[in-house]
Amino acid sequence: MDIAIQISNLDLFYGAFHALKNVNLKIERHKITALIGPSGCGKSTLLRALNRMNDLIQGCRTTGEVLLEGKDIYGPGVNVCELRNKVGMVFQRPNPFPLSIQDNVSFGLRVAGQKNSAILDEIVEKSLQNAWLWEHVKDKLETSALELPLDQQQRLCVARVLAVEPDVILMDEPCSALDPISTAKIEELMLELRRRYTIAIVTHNMQQASRISDYSAYMLLGEMIEFGITTQIFENPKDKRTEDYITGRYG
Amino acid sequence: MHQTGDKLIKWLLMALAFTALTSLLLIAIFIFKEGVPFIARVGFKDFLLSSDWQPQAGHFGIYPMIVASLLVTLGAMLVGAPLGIACAVFLNEFVPKHVTRIIKPTIELLAGIPSVVYGFIGVVVVAPLIRSQFGGPGLSMLCASLILGVMVLPTIISISTDVLASVPNAFREGALALGATRWQSVHMVILKAGRSGIVAAVILGMGRAIGETMAVIMVAGNTPQIPHSVLDSVCTLTAKIAIEMGSATGAHRQALFAIGVVLFIMIMMFNSIAMMAIKKRFAGK
Repeated sequence: MDIAIQISNLDLFYGAFHALKNVNLKIERHKITALIGPSGCGKSTLLRALNRMNDLIQGCRTTGEVLLEGKDIYGPGVNVCELRNKVGMVFQRPNPFPLSIQDNVSFGLRVAGQKNSAILDEIVEKSLQNAWLWEHVKDKLETSALELPLDQQQRLCVARVLAVEPDVILMDEPCSALDPISTAKIEELMLELRRRYTIAIVTHNMQQASRISDYSAYMLLGEMIEFGITTQIFENPKDKRTEDYITGRYG
Repeated sequence: MHQTGDKLIKWLLMALAFTALTSLLLIAIFIFKEGVPFIARVGFKDFLLSSDWQPQAGHFGIYPMIVASLLVTLGAMLVGAPLGIACAVFLNEFVPKHVTRIIKPTIELLAGIPSVVYGFIGVVVVAPLIRSQFGGPGLSMLCASLILGVMVLPTIISISTDVLASVPNAFREGALALGATRWQSVHMVILKAGRSGIVAAVILGMGRAIGETMAVIMVAGNTPQIPHSVLDSVCTLTAKIAIEMGSATGAHRQALFAIGVVLFIMIMMFNSIAMMAIKKRFAGK
């Protein structure tokens, strides 16, 4: 197993609330790992621990290890901006910036200091193509990204992440604001992206997890209950609690 | 019984609301009734573009005062806008919320200080400092701009902070998640998202600056001349009205009302531009 991210003994607290309890997980390179579980189980928190977005929340404290390329992202001397350049994130609601399509896609490169407009243009085009958006927007790169339909906005957010060539892409319920057709398109896109990127996705949608993921992790009340190959988790869960959730008997 | 009480309250509130509107309307009518015929009689050009102000001789040129008002306001914005916007950014983006909750009301207290006190500080502290450091009379355009620049801070800070607070958090998260630093997320995304609201804040500050009277009379020196340097003493439109209204009669008095018309139109223009900027902001979302 070629490991992209290894999480060991991760505990996370929001003030006094123990949100993640001794979580261990290996995320394999160039595979899709789905985090599933009921609302409030900590799956989004776990995802946001991987690019340290939880740092933004006051009173959030983390212990344990998250190894990316063998280096602890919570270790001393880690540059969080560089980390987030390597671990990109797509959010639940499409959140393109109120800037042009071009400036949205080139954002990550520009914050990393790239100024050469020829290079920027080239990467913008490539990223939009890889997010299957180029044909829709190539004639209007200067228009505001907010004018795009919702599903294209979400693919723009994917393109924005692709532009910085991350190792890992985190997706926090990326389809929950989209209709079924747009959802299918994003799922198809994810399967395509898997060839070059490691993907971790949080989803509420069981069918989605079983359709696209290679591995699934079931979480409950901040604990990692079961982790395994998706077909095994869905067809032959070892833990009773996983089985209850998968078959819809939970709650 | 309940219903009649309800109706009564409704009519009462409506009457009160209209009182405010009516007084605005009456003031406008009064100023325009006195001022507009005067402008028509003297002539648009001789009133607005002549530098000759000698009421006894029948010369009423307010050009130097218009220039002074605009320059002092511009100066106040050069001081107040960067300070105010920087302060709003700092409060909203870099300081924990509980600290902001203390600092923001404190800044808003600045608005409660009487303008005569600002003028007093200008006369005893700022003007002597300018005189000793840069020369000139001290009471000057520079002094007025500095004092007004501080006086507009509460307006600019309070509106800008509200604007920044209303920028969706998703933009911040999105920028940071792409590897931006706090400052990059602010100047590349947040300020752009709030741009028209911040423009509105600055323009409302301008309206406040151009209308300010007491502090300006105290610190600007009140020499009706076209200034050649920031150290020159100037006389603004508001200062002219306030200084001469007590002793003016006849055409002179009408001339002061005509200055009121000019100020009224300027401030209306500022406010409408600010309103348009705010509207555009919400239409953009």
